[in-house]
Amino acid sequence: MAGDTLTSSEYIKHHLTNLTYGQHADGSWGLAHSAAEAKEMGFWAIHVDTMFWSILLGGLFIYFGKKVADRVSSGVPGGLQNFAEWLVEFIDNSVRGSFSGRNPLVAPLALTIFIWIFLQNLMDLVPVDVIPHLAGAIGIHFMKVVPSTDPNATFGMAIGVFMLTLYYSIKIKGVGGFMGELTLQPFSSDNAIVKLLFIPINFVLEFVSLIAKPISLALRLFGNMYAGEMIFILIAIMYNAGVVLGLFGGVLQLGWAIFHILIITLQAFIFMTLTIVYLDMAHNDH
Amino acid sequence: MNINLTLIGQLLSFAVFVWFTMKFVWTPIMGALDTRRKEIADGLAAAEHGQHEQELAKERAKEAIHEAKGQAAEIINQAQKRASEIVDESKGNARSESERILAAAQAEIEQETNRAREQLRQQVAELAVLGASKILRKEINAAAHKDIVEQLAQQI
Repeated sequence: MAGDTLTSSEYIKHHLTNLTYGQHADGSWGLAHSAAEAKEMGFWAIHVDTMFWSILLGGLFIYFGKKVADRVSSGVPGGLQNFAEWLVEFIDNSVRGSFSGRNPLVAPLALTIFIWIFLQNLMDLVPVDVIPHLAGAIGIHFMKVVPSTDPNATFGMAIGVFMLTLYYSIKIKGVGGFMGELTLQPFSSDNAIVKLLFIPINFVLEFVSLIAKPISLALRLFGNMYAGEMIFILIAIMYNAGVVLGLFGGVLQLGWAIFHILIITLQAFIFMTLTIVYLDMAHNDH
Repeated sequence: MNINLTLIGQLLSFAVFVWFTMKFVWTPIMGALDTRRKEIADGLAAAEHGQHEQELAKERAKEAIHEAKGQAAEIINQAQKRASEIVDESKGNARSESERILAAAQAEIEQETNRAREQLRQQVAELAVLGASKILRKEINAAAHKDIVEQLAQQI
């Protein structure tokens, strides 16, 4: 809840600032004490909260994954194994449905993306003030707990996927084939000169669509999660506006959280499915 | 919302998580699923095979029982036949034995009779000669009339 000394806009801004570690203007290294200070740190700074939560959640995932994998048996599955198998089969079916090539990387990649994004998004359902307040109690002033509301996290994954699509495009089709895909379509002609003329036009069109893939992938997730988080923050402000509005805000928060369960799952699923589709396109000649 | 080093950090941790998942999570779980799928398929095939075997065994058992029943009936038949044969045989034996004993007894009786008769004849002849000689002591010479006495004895 917003402190007495904070205005609503300060409260929102406070909630949307990452815990940033970097070089201060005076040359010393340390945590930024305000949003403006964090901005001044430029590229060579790191969002400690985003890194911490995402690695913690990813670590949880691979810890339980490894635990299941170590005990996995082809006999009657127990509780955790049952759940893991259900997930694995769900991902496997999705991959089989949209990915026509053979690549042992794609299914585990899809699983990692789905679970990691889902867990990151799930942090959105923790009431917005709980963890920042706990962090404040131990002297940490900024704490953004949902890594997928940080564009660094979503772009990190999207660029990872983009690099994989580039790698497999070039590996499967060769440099020539990949360049041809970029320059010889959608416009083509039998006349060599016209074909040559079309190359820059095609390149511009294809390059934009190529670049649009990772950007749309990252921004879709970021936008949805950021907006969801923003609404939670706005609802939280209502708690300060008296009992009636506060109760109303409680109902709203519950409603939005229930609706958000759908969104976080859907966004994780969309990210995963698009990753599979992009990789499938990288594996297929047109 | 600054783009900074976090981007690269996230990219690297993403790569590590994907690598880890692929190596230590996905592969073993998928392996187990495949193994189970195979085991279930094998189990179903084995069950089907077992059922088929059972049906065959039932058929065979039925045949065996049928055959055994036939054999038993045959054995009983033979035994009965053999028993009646034995009875008949012993009956025949007894009859012939009794006949034989009877015949031997009759022969003995006859022999004894003959011997007694011979003795009797001898004694009668002697008695006759003795009587005659007593009666005719003087007139008859035993030696002279011996052939007549003999003839007489023969006729008795």
